[in-house]
Order: sequence, then structure tokens, then C-alpha cells
Amino acid sequence: MAYSDKVIEHYENPRNVGSFDKDDPNVGTGLVGAPACGDVMKLQLKINDQGIIEDAKFKTFGCGSAIASSSLATEWVKGMSIDQAMGIKNTQIVEELNLPPVKIHCSVLAEDAIKGAIADYKAKRQNAAAQVAAPSAPQKAAGGATQKATT
Amino acid sequence: MTLKLPIYMDNHATTPVDPRVVEAMLPYFTEIFGNAASRSHSFGWTAEKAVELARDQVGALIGASGKEIVWTSGATESDNLAIKGAAEFHKDRGNHIITAQTEHKAVLDTCKRLEKEGFDVTYLPVEHDGRVNPATVRAAMTDKTILVSIMLANNEIGTVNPIEEIGAVVKERGAIFHVDAVQGVGKIPFDVNAARVDLASLSAHKMYGPKGIGALYVRRKPRVRITAQIDGGGHERGMRSGTLNVPSIVGFGKAAELSRTEMASEAKRLFALRERLREGIQSRVTDTYINGSMEHRLPGNLNISFAYVEGEGMLMGLKDVAVSSGSACTSASLEPSYVLRAVGVEEEMAHTSIRFGLGRFNTEEEVDYVIDLVVGKVNKLREISPLYEMAQQGIDLKSIQWAAH
Repeated sequence: MAYSDKVIEHYENPRNVGSFDKDDPNVGTGLVGAPACGDVMKLQLKINDQGIIEDAKFKTFGCGSAIASSSLATEWVKGMSIDQAMGIKNTQIVEELNLPPVKIHCSVLAEDAIKGAIADYKAKRQNAAAQVAAPSAPQKAAGGATQKATT
Repeated sequence: MTLKLPIYMDNHATTPVDPRVVEAMLPYFTEIFGNAASRSHSFGWTAEKAVELARDQVGALIGASGKEIVWTSGATESDNLAIKGAAEFHKDRGNHIITAQTEHKAVLDTCKRLEKEGFDVTYLPVEHDGRVNPATVRAAMTDKTILVSIMLANNEIGTVNPIEEIGAVVKERGAIFHVDAVQGVGKIPFDVNAARVDLASLSAHKMYGPKGIGALYVRRKPRVRITAQIDGGGHERGMRSGTLNVPSIVGFGKAAELSRTEMASEAKRLFALRERLREGIQSRVTDTYINGSMEHRLPGNLNISFAYVEGEGMLMGLKDVAVSSGSACTSASLEPSYVLRAVGVEEEMAHTSIRFGLGRFNTEEEVDYVIDLVVGKVNKLREISPLYEMAQQGIDLKSIQWAAH
């Protein structure tokens, strides 16, 4: 299969590879896909108290298109508000990377990973707020959502 | 010596034509262009003589007479002719066919077609080392079994079946024994009499001959009957009509002769190269798994899984090396290799497999280059693999509820 130049460029020089501490209250983690399906993406967002995505990191098990899709996603979301990031559509990734039809699922995974990371962050914030309101309530394990792959 | 890139290590898919084969073929395009079926002039006689020599050369490679060789367009046609031809001719004796789950698609899809026409087909499982157990063949045979089709060597994992033992089992019940011998012939010894084979499919382009030419061995003593699948002028003893492709047949003959005379030394050399590649990789990369038997394996084959690194992602990093992967992403079906699945390799590991096929023209320098490249890419891709990170943290990947999609 011939890859587009942009896919090759991201594959050769992936942006923002790495991990944040998943227990950091300002970090949201999205883990999507499955090893048996041949692709797993972990995308992490560091979100400040104003709801702006300050930084993003990813790790991906998958083909070149999956690596490029997640690399591109981390580039795009940096500096975005949560709402802006929620608005990223997989079709934009397909267009930017010239993904062929057989690789569209890679872009879907990247979109899901962004949404999963934001959902994880929001869940953490809600738990923290609940604790402020009712300090005696039992503490829920932070980052519990990271162990659950969401698609 | 400078290395020429890209490096070809996909010799199970096809092989380059040996220059000695090309040389033998050339006169048959221009000077000796006759139709081998022309009986009225010297152009035809000369072409026929060349075809008959090639028949003997191909026959000699498998312990057969040249008279038992039927030319076809390739292994897919040979498999179709053998299986459909035998099933059709012998359908009054029974309707049961036995094959194995790891066979080539040319065999499996032909059997599926016959199922639609009313035949019963048993697709035997294989052992974890990738080989067919003769006892499972014996257990599957019934009074209705007319045909057993088992490959000599597997195209993905290179495992070699105990074909002589299987042949003996098949003959206990008097069924016809077809062997898709494409990957093994010319690489390892194969004798149609020792294995009691009735029909055997061969292909030239897997043994440094041209593409588009194959053969079906059809036993003469005792005579094995099959129904022709292509009708026409009654060429090839009525089993396969069509004007013979003389230059390619000459090339196939030459390729077979070279394989026969050089097999022992070439197998030794390829085995050494394969082991150099395997040891070079495994001594420097952790968590690798060889798929299929190491003991009963084609000398040039290495099928290896690199845990936590997806196969197609890996191939992209190995762009200067032609290899293939059992990963789903390399096929349109999104299913990982059915051969690896049949061998019991889990889906996640099937996605991480790479097949190396070493051949006549690979060198030690190439192998050393590939080792360095593979080690570097696996390390790089593991750095960006969330699965590797989790494994390093001691997280059991099987404990996670992955969402299937």
C-alpha cells in the first residue's frame, strides 16, 4: 500500500510521543482500540484550570496510518479548549493525511481517543468537586478510567 | 562491496528468474518459436523436443517420469485441476474430501466451491508446530473419502508436513493423494513415490523460473484419472488443452534442473543465513516468538512475532526490505493470517508477525543489514507502543477489557 507523504512524515517523526502521570488531576487519558484488532492508541491531554489543553502526548500500537493519526491529533489539540477539541472530526484527519478507505478506522480511533481523554478528565474533575462538597465521601481511584478502553 | 537497496527477502511470494534460466529461454521467443503441437514441420518438432526435455527435467526433480507432467498456467490452476478434476471423475465412489486449515487459498477456495456442489470437505486442524498429524488424517477418513489434499510446506510459516507418513495413511483407504508441493519442491527433497503421491502441484516462479507456468504431476502407474477443466484441442493427454507456452516451459525445465543439482548446497547455505538472521535478531530483541516448527521448516523461512509492535507499522519502517506480515492491515479483510490462527497464535500476536523468505540471491551482508534495521525499528516502535509501556509496568494486557471494533 502506498502511504501519503504526510503519513510517512508523521511516522518517521512522530510528534509528542510519551506519557503523563495518569493520576495527575489535570491529565485526561484515552485508551482506545484492542491488540487483537491490531491497533491501540493511548492519548493523554494536560488541561489547565481554564479548560485549555496545554499539552498532549500519545503512544500507539498500530500501522503507520494509526501512528500518524494519533500524532496529528496531539498536534491539533494543543492550545484548544475542551469544546474545540471535542469538535475534531475523524474526517478532518482523513483529509489532512489523505487516508485511503481501508485506513479510515485509524482516524476514527484518533477521534475516539481525544473524546476518551476528555471524558476521563471530566470524570476526574467531577469526583474532585464531589469530594469538596462532601469531604467524607470515599475517594474514588483517580484515573480509573484509564484501565478501560472506550470506543 | 556496497549493498543494493531495496533488499528482497520475500522469496515465498516469488523469486527472481535465475540468469541461467533466462539464457535458456531466449532462443524460444525468436528462432525456435514453433507450436509444439505442429506435427508437419521442423518448427513444431524442435519446439516439441524442447518441451519434452523440460518435462523430464521437472519430473526428475520429484522422482517422476516426464510423461507424468502436465503443463498448466501455474500452481493455482494445478490445484484447481487436481482437486476439481479428481472430485468430478471419482464422484461416483464418494463425496468426501480432506484437506487442512493451513492450506493455500487455491486449495481452500477450490474445496469451498466443491462444497457448494454437494461434496463434504473436512478441514483438518494442525498441531501447534503448524504440521498436519497423520493420525488426524486417518481419523477423518471414511468409506466416502475420495481425495486428500495436503501441502508439502506452508507458504507463511515454512513448516514441512510429514508427507510420507500422510501418504501411507491415505493409501490405507485407497483415496487419491494430492500434494500442493509449490513451496517445498526445489528446496527440500520430495519424491512422489516415497510419499505415494497421485497428484502434485508445482510452480516455476517459486524456484527461480518464470511466472505463469506450472505443472501438475499425474501418476501413471497406477494410472490416476481426472476430468479436464479446460476443453479444447486435447493437449497434455487430454487433461489440459491449450497451446503450450514453450519459452516458459523451457525455463521451468532449466529451473528444475538447477534446483535438483544445487538443492543440497543451496539448502545448507540458506539454513546458515536463516539462522544468522534469527540469532542476530533474537540475541538483541526481547519478547520475540517463532511461529511454526523450527525443526521441520524450509531452510529459508523465518516467521517471527515481535510482541507489542504491529506488523504493518513494522513493514513501513522496513521500507528498504521486501518482507511480508501476517497482520490484518496488509489485507483488505482486516483479519489476521488464518494460518497463524490455525496454528494457535493469538490474534494480538498474529498482528505482530513478520515473514522473511531467504532465497538464492541473498547474501550475508544483506542479512546483517536487515538485522540492524529490524532491531532499530522494533526498539523505536516499542518506545511509542502503549502495550510495551503497560507490559513494562507489569500490567497484564489480558486483564484489560479491550473494546472490540
